[in-house]
Amino acid sequence: MIQFEGVTKTYKSGKREVHALNGIDLTVGTGEIYGVIGFSGAGKSSLIRTVNLLERPSAGTVKIHGRDISALSPKEIRAARKDIGMIFQHFNLLTSKTVFTNIAMPLILSKTPKAEIRTRVTELLEFVGLADQADKYPEQLSGGQKQRIGIARALATNPSVLLCDEATSALDPQTTQSILDLLREVNRKYKITILLITHEMAVIREVCDKVAVLEDGQVIEQGTVFDVFSNPQHATTRRFVRSVMNDELPEKLLKQIRNTDRQQPIYRIQFTGESVAYPLISQLSRRYDLELNVLFGNITELQGIPYGNLIVEFSGNPAEIQRALLEIRNSPVLAEELNSYAS
Amino acid sequence: MLVDREQIIEALWETLYMTGVSFGFSLLIGFPLGILLVVTRKGHLLENEPVFNVLNAVVNVFRSIPFIILLVAIIPLTRLIVGTSIGTTAAIVPLVFYAGPYIARLIENSLLEVDNGVVEAAKAMGATPGQIVFRFLIPEARSSLVLVMTIAIIGLIGASAMAGAVGGGGLGDLAITYGYQRFDTGVMILTVAILVVLVQGVQTGGNVLSKKLRRS
Ligand SMILES: Nc1ncnc2c1ncn2[C@@H]1O[C@H](COP(=O)(O)OP(=O)(O)OP(=O)(O)O)[C@@H](O)[C@H]1O
Ligand SMILES: [Mg+2]
Repeated sequence: MIQFEGVTKTYKSGKREVHALNGIDLTVGTGEIYGVIGFSGAGKSSLIRTVNLLERPSAGTVKIHGRDISALSPKEIRAARKDIGMIFQHFNLLTSKTVFTNIAMPLILSKTPKAEIRTRVTELLEFVGLADQADKYPEQLSGGQKQRIGIARALATNPSVLLCDEATSALDPQTTQSILDLLREVNRKYKITILLITHEMAVIREVCDKVAVLEDGQVIEQGTVFDVFSNPQHATTRRFVRSVMNDELPEKLLKQIRNTDRQQPIYRIQFTGESVAYPLISQLSRRYDLELNVLFGNITELQGIPYGNLIVEFSGNPAEIQRALLEIRNSPVLAEELNSYAS
Repeated sequence: MLVDREQIIEALWETLYMTGVSFGFSLLIGFPLGILLVVTRKGHLLENEPVFNVLNAVVNVFRSIPFIILLVAIIPLTRLIVGTSIGTTAAIVPLVFYAGPYIARLIENSLLEVDNGVVEAAKAMGATPGQIVFRFLIPEARSSLVLVMTIAIIGLIGASAMAGAVGGGGLGDLAITYGYQRFDTGVMILTVAILVVLVQGVQTGGNVLSKKLRRS
């Protein structure tokens, strides 16, 4: 478990002060994959680096498994770091060492017996799918393979926490996917708590259980990925969600609608989980004297839960529309008027 | 020519001796000094402003004294250390004072070139400052270290020839006493040729080794 309590970080460069973190309260539960997203400069790196004290908080505490790590002595900090693996955007591997030695490095530092190192590294190479690359040098490998070395190295000392600082930002989408799959496996197989930071919402959707949105050094929204994606509260969060959910009315269609004289209400109807199977549209059109014009629709999966979106234009008698809406409110689906939202 | 084959071989040997021994001692001083210049600087492993400022100033002072002046300026010190101020061994003292701080700077630059991400990764895996220097920084910089050491050795070959001016022996001595003072152009050309070959050899060797280290 990682607990941030009132964490602030202020950088001083000369007379200028940069407030990178302004009072962060966040709890990452044991075994979770927790994602922190934010635009460039939001403070993501500063935040994740306070966990292993690569950056010391200016105020507040970071507790790992209940222990305040900034209160530790340098020696204790080094010991604590062996329980916190970290992977980096640019991998940060030793170019002068083979893949094997790179992965073995944390064990060499703790003076682990040679035979034990060999067993552990072989096992890790197997796990990350690089068993046949042990004697190569990082430069001979692709970005994705380098990150696999990074992951194997981070796991060498059997940490309980893994920190990922933009671990997929230097990779193409396909490679990103395979690294995210690997992270999920790390989480499942070794029961490792993962804290990752990213500026890509797709990464959050793909692997995270929970998400926090960071802006100007503050958490502006947090919750389960499902809740945040299906019902984003803050404008910044909406922007992030929109970047991957594609549940907005196409711009062209929107203009077309606005340009006509039709003053028909447009509603976004959200189906989540079981309500996906709810036959709303057919029921409404059967029971009421209405034209239901579906302008846009899609269905995706969030954390294994189906999630659907329909944008529907209601045309007909206003009283009839009101009755239909009432029925929607009483059904398991969510509806919100879009005319105000979209304009 | 006014010199025979034996004198030339002797002079070459003296040059190699001066360069080799002074390189060894310079490394002994320059290496730790270079590392200290890196780790005590702001934001680094063992940040320590006073120590950094003092070391930095000392290195700068020695680096700004032209060798020919250093050579005569520290004669009393040389006499104190080796008992005499003339001869090949005596020349080694100013050579070390010249090359030690120079090597410190070169090593400092080499180590600073190492990607800071490597240091971060090392810290994140719980490495001690000593481990970071010797297991991360130095191995990562080794190819560049070989190149800068090549530069240092070549610098020392040149400086050792100057030491000949104060009776230090070596190829420089030969060139000055015979080639210059007695107008023996043959000796002049020969010593210059030997120095050129020597420098070329060191440079080529350094390049090959550095390249090899980079590849693997
Ligand atoms: N070492 C430092 N010294 C001074 N200012 C810093 C330092 N590190 C970060 N900052 C500043 O703190 C703020 C937050 O930086 P941080 O790197 O945490 O953001 P980020 O969300 O990781 O951004 P990015 O996506 O660009 O990596 C920025 O304004 C940045 O310029
Ligand atoms: Mg960052």
